[in-house]
Amino acid sequence: MPADRADHPELRKALDALTGRFGNAVLAGAADKGELAVRLTKDVIVPALSFFKDELGFNAFEDLVVFDNLNSPDEGGARFTVVYRLFQFPGAARARLAVEVGEGESLPSAVPIYRAADWAEREAFDMFGVPFEGHPNLRRIYLPDDFEGHPLRKDFPLAGRTVGL
Amino acid sequence: MAFREIDLNMGPQHPSTHGVLRLKLAVDNEVVLRVEPVLGYLHRGMEKLWESLTYTQVVPLTDRLDYLASLSNNLAYCLAVEKLAGIEVPRRARYIRVILAELQRLASHLAWTGFMANDIGAMSVLLYGFEAREDILDIFEEYCGARLTVHGIRIGGAVHDLDGPLVSRIRAVLEKIPKRLADIRSLLDENRIWKERTVGIGRITAGEAIDYGLTGPPLRACGVAWDMRKEIPYSSYDDFDFDVPLGTNGDVYDRYLVRLEEICQSIRIVGQALDGLPEGEYKAKMPRVLKIAPAEVFHTIEAPKGVLGFTVRSNGTDKPERVKMKSPSFINLQSLEHMCKGNLFSDVIGILGSLDIVLGEIDK
Amino acid sequence: MSEPLERGPFLLARADAFITWAQKNSLWPFGSGLACCAIEMISTAAARYDIARFGMELFRASPRQADLFIVAGTVTNKMAPVLRRLWDQMPDPKWALAMGNCAIGGGPFPTYSVLQGVDRIIPVDVYVAGCPPTPQGLIHGLMTLQEKVGRSRPTKEILDPHARRQS
Repeated sequence: MPADRADHPELRKALDALTGRFGNAVLAGAADKGELAVRLTKDVIVPALSFFKDELGFNAFEDLVVFDNLNSPDEGGARFTVVYRLFQFPGAARARLAVEVGEGESLPSAVPIYRAADWAEREAFDMFGVPFEGHPNLRRIYLPDDFEGHPLRKDFPLAGRTVGL
Repeated sequence: MAFREIDLNMGPQHPSTHGVLRLKLAVDNEVVLRVEPVLGYLHRGMEKLWESLTYTQVVPLTDRLDYLASLSNNLAYCLAVEKLAGIEVPRRARYIRVILAELQRLASHLAWTGFMANDIGAMSVLLYGFEAREDILDIFEEYCGARLTVHGIRIGGAVHDLDGPLVSRIRAVLEKIPKRLADIRSLLDENRIWKERTVGIGRITAGEAIDYGLTGPPLRACGVAWDMRKEIPYSSYDDFDFDVPLGTNGDVYDRYLVRLEEICQSIRIVGQALDGLPEGEYKAKMPRVLKIAPAEVFHTIEAPKGVLGFTVRSNGTDKPERVKMKSPSFINLQSLEHMCKGNLFSDVIGILGSLDIVLGEIDK
Repeated sequence: MSEPLERGPFLLARADAFITWAQKNSLWPFGSGLACCAIEMISTAAARYDIARFGMELFRASPRQADLFIVAGTVTNKMAPVLRRLWDQMPDPKWALAMGNCAIGGGPFPTYSVLQGVDRIIPVDVYVAGCPPTPQGLIHGLMTLQEKVGRSRPTKEILDPHARRQS
C-alpha cells in the first residue's frame, strides 16, 4: 500500500482555496489518502487547472482518463466523464479533477497550461470522440484518419465494424 | 547556402526507431526544423480488449505492453487491482516482487545500452549488453518458464516461491553483471566519438521537462530527483537503502550515465532483498473468482522507462469497467520535437534512443 | 500402376542442389521487427544463440537487399499496407517466415485494429509458433525453412520464367 506522504490538512486547505475561488462550479470535493478529488463544471476547467498549477503547486500533468458511462450512469448522468490527474512534485500529492461531458460536447483544451496534455487529449478524441477546443493539432493519434467510429466507446464492438482484410 | 526545407520520412520500418514508429521530419539542409511522430502502427486495442477479460486474464496481456520490462507492467497492474480490491500482499511476496522488478530493470537497462550504442554505431556493445541480459533471462526462465513476457507477478503475490538454489543463482548473476558493466563502460564512457555524439545533444531543462510530463531517467538526467520508489513507495521499497542517480545537463550523455548508475543501484537493492528475505507466504489467499465492488483507483510505479500507472475502475463484476494505462514512453515521446529542434538530423537517432521508448507501451 | 515421377534432367538437378545450397546457407533476413518477437529475434542474432552460424547474421535494413522476410510481431491494419509494400520491394527469390502467434493468426488480440495473421497479405513459408517463440524455436523454424529452400527447383524458374515458384 502506498504511504500517504501528503498531509491531509494541506490538501484540505487546497480544497478550501479552490471552493473559495470557484464557488458553485465545484460540485464535489474530497481530500484524503493523499489525493484531492473534485468534480467541476465544464466552464471552469481551464481556469481551475491553471489555479492548480500556479497556486496549489501541482506542476506535473500525469494522465487524462475518459470513462464512458453508457452502461453505468455516473452521478451527473452525462455520457462521458473526463478525469485529469495532476501530481505535485516535490510533495507527492495527487489531484483528480472530474468533468462531465455529453455526446458531442467539447471541452476546452488544457494544452496552454500543461504541454503534457497534448497527446493525451488527442488520444481521448481518437478513442472516445471527445473534442477539445483550442488544441493545436486535434487529429486522431492511433487510428488512421479515415477510421470510422471511436473504439473505446461501450457501443463499439471489440472486433470492429468493417470487415477486415 | 540557400535555405532549403526538405521533408523526410523515417519509418515505420527503420532499424533505429525501436519499433514501428514513423517520424515526419522537416530539415533545413542538416538541421532539424520539425519532428512529428506518427503513432498507431502497433495499436492493438489493448484497453478495449481488457474490458472483456477478467482481472486475472488481463495480467499476461500487460506483459506485451513494455515488452522489454514485462514484470514492471505486471507489477503496476497487480498493485492497482490489489489496491482496488483491498488485497493485502504478504511481506515475503513483496520482497520477491522487488527482486523480480529490479532484475527486470537490470535486463531492460542492459538492452537499452545495447540498442543505444548500436544506433550510434558501437555494434559490439549490443552483443555485450545482450549477453549480460541473457544471464538474467535464464533466471526468469528457471523461475517461471518464460524469458521475455514473463508473467511472474500475479494478483496477490508472485507465481512461485524463491527457493535456495534459485537464490544462489541470482547471487551468482549479480556477481557477473558489474564486470560486464565495467567492460561496457570502458568502451563508451570516455570514448571520444561517443561523447561527441551524446554530450550537449538533446538538452532539456528541468522546468521544461516537468511541463512536458517527462518521467524516468530522462527527467532525472536534468537533475530532478523524482523516483516513484522514493516518492510514494510501494511493495516495501522503503525497506531498502538505495540512491537515485541524477544528472546535471539533461543531455543524452547524462541519460546514459543515469541508467548505468541505476543498474548498480538495482544490484544493491536485489542484494539487500535477498539478504532480508522474510519467511512467509509468497502469495495472498485469493478468491476463485475475483469480483470487485464499484470503485476506482490509480496507482503508479517507477518502471525502467519512467512512471507507469494504471487507472482501474470496477463495476461489481469479475471484469473491469475500464483500465487505462499511463504510459511513460507515450508521454516522454512528446518532448522529442522540443529536444531535436536545432540539432543535426543525425542526432535525432541518438535523442530518440536516449528516451528509451517502447512502441508496445506507446501504442497499447 | 507406375506413376510417372517428375524428374528433371540430371544436370539440372545438380545445378538445383548447388543453387539451393548456396541460398539456404546465406539467407539474409529482413527483420521486420514489429513487437515483442523482435526482441527474441535480436536475441537469436546475438552472441549466445548466434544466427551467424547459419549465415544469417546480415540483417538488412532495406528489403531490396534481403531474401527472407521475418515478420516478428503483431501486424496491425495500419501497418499492413506498409508490410505488403515491403514484401513487394523484395526481389525474387524470397521467402517469408511468420514468427510468433500474432503474425500467424492475430495472437491474443482479436481486436478492431489487428490483422488476424500476416498470411492474409503475404504468402508465408514457415510459421513459428510461440508468444514469443524462444530463440531455439526460431532457429528450428529457420532450419525448417532451410529444408524447404533445399527442396525448391530454381532452375525450373530460370528455364521457364512463367512457372510459379514451386515449394
